[in-house]
Amino acid sequence: MSASAYVQLVDLAKYFGKVKALDGFSLDIAEGELVALLGPSGCGKTTALRALAGLQELDRGKMIVSDKDITFQNANKRGMGMVFQAYSLFPHMTARENVEYGLKLRAHKTTGDNRSSRSNELLELVGLSSHANHFPYQLSGGQQQRVALARALAISPKVLLLDEPLSALDAKVRTQLREEIRRIQMELGTTTLFVTHDQEEALSIADRVGVMRNGQLEQIAAPAELYDRPKTAFVAEFVGLTNPISGKVSGGSIEILGGVVKTLPGSITSGEGIALVRPESIDVVASNSGNARIFSVSFLGSSCRLSISMADGSRITAQLPSPDAVGLTAGAKVKVSLLDLPVFVKALG
Amino acid sequence: MGKATMKQSWGTRLWRWTIIFLVSLYLLVPLYAMLDFSTKHFAMARPGRTLESWKAITTQPDLFPAIVRSLTTAGIVMALILFLIVPTAIWVHLKLPKLRRAFELICLLPLAIPAIVIVVGIAPLYRWISIHLTESPITLFGVYTMLILPYTYRSLSASLDSVDIHTLAEAAQTLGANTSRIIFGIIMPTIKTGIINGSFIAIALVLGEYTISNILNYKTFQVVIAQIGRSNGNVAVAVSVASLLFVLFILLLIPTKKRHRAVLDVDVA
Repeated sequence: MSASAYVQLVDLAKYFGKVKALDGFSLDIAEGELVALLGPSGCGKTTALRALAGLQELDRGKMIVSDKDITFQNANKRGMGMVFQAYSLFPHMTARENVEYGLKLRAHKTTGDNRSSRSNELLELVGLSSHANHFPYQLSGGQQQRVALARALAISPKVLLLDEPLSALDAKVRTQLREEIRRIQMELGTTTLFVTHDQEEALSIADRVGVMRNGQLEQIAAPAELYDRPKTAFVAEFVGLTNPISGKVSGGSIEILGGVVKTLPGSITSGEGIALVRPESIDVVASNSGNARIFSVSFLGSSCRLSISMADGSRITAQLPSPDAVGLTAGAKVKVSLLDLPVFVKALG
Repeated sequence: MGKATMKQSWGTRLWRWTIIFLVSLYLLVPLYAMLDFSTKHFAMARPGRTLESWKAITTQPDLFPAIVRSLTTAGIVMALILFLIVPTAIWVHLKLPKLRRAFELICLLPLAIPAIVIVVGIAPLYRWISIHLTESPITLFGVYTMLILPYTYRSLSASLDSVDIHTLAEAAQTLGANTSRIIFGIIMPTIKTGIINGSFIAIALVLGEYTISNILNYKTFQVVIAQIGRSNGNVAVAVSVASLLFVLFILLLIPTKKRHRAVLDVDVA
């Protein structure tokens, strides 16, 4: 992309026998940006992150950070801060000693006073000042990951690398901590690469989300764009929910559910295709003359998810704001139509 | 129901104490017998107790140097464990997982080969050493380090498997640590219990080894005890009890040592 990108990963490749963990993967990250890599397991996202950290040797490719080629630099010289999926605090050190570890290794640059004021600052940033003298076994999983984050940030890393740091935590702590990660990242302006298989996590905190498949980047875009304007069927289906509805494509439009909507770039251009329609793009109105019937309703708080049985026996999912769903109960006859939003259309079969 | 449970738990308890009692008996009776024997008069017919044999320990000319030699040997073996075997075990676990099986097999060999076979194999080497280098029994550290491998490696391997050393190593690496810092500053303190246990078994084995040193004609602690035993049984038994007490003393020392080390590790790292 741009020549001024802070991090440039160019044509990275790594093969484990026949498995292509990375196969011509390229990515640019701007300074201070948080990019999330999203994908199913085995898509190569962790390999890419580990390659940038220097923990994974590559078969091909080039990595440039801050105009410096780091492709062949040792991991311990790269100055990357990393938070791992598994708990990785050094068990024989307190929280504070863990945070200070990286600074101690740079002893020529930091004095003892500097170190302790820096560790205080970071432990405060992650909300664990009162736990500075606790050993890892005295901390909960969430607290351990906070300390790990503080430890990674202590060395003022060139890039912060987060390798599914929340996946071992329970749902509530996970949501809380991901927001905190975003707050801290914005506060410090640290360029961050975040790897996750949880799309909600990626979409909620990243500036841009890259979807990976078979060692390649399928699409990278801002969360809203990725959701609304997927460039491939894989991205459309992987990110969020879609209803596969078949229809006839011609002249950049598709005819489905009795209406005509525009197709997104990358869709097939003619013939029969399957439109991948978001639940929010479907409008549902109670109507006795309607030819569909509500099968079930799930209340999600601000919105309602409806499962609708169509006349031809197929079932589609729609999502409406809760106020619009009043009176739509299971068994009710409804009329289903499409909002005028472009959809992605893939080929049949 | 409640009564039955109570009865059962009472029965279990009785059973437990019986086992403990029997095991204690098995272990303590020989000790008591030794203590009893070592406090008898040299002339067995004389009644009453005496500390003659215990006092005689200090007058045995060969004994003290033998103790020093055996302890020195144990010290060298310890150092080899810490600076050779432990780092190697860590390296194999960390970087050469494919070699783990082979390494394990090699470490188990000394257990599979009878001591006498090892001696026959190693004798020419020690003959050469005693002719060209030194006759000191301390050189036995070489063969001892080999002998203790099965025990030390097992203990280390179990510790290494119980923690995610890969992630710890990678975390340290990204923070700027080089390989020696990772091994000595991060992983060794993490598995220190395993190292201490392994070392302790090793020391006990070195101090108690008799076959090899005797056949190779080296005057180690156990060989000297056996020699004393040939001329004066009471003194030999007194020395044995004393050495048992010494090992017990080391055992009691370990927990305090551990705490000190924990603090040290942090400072070093």
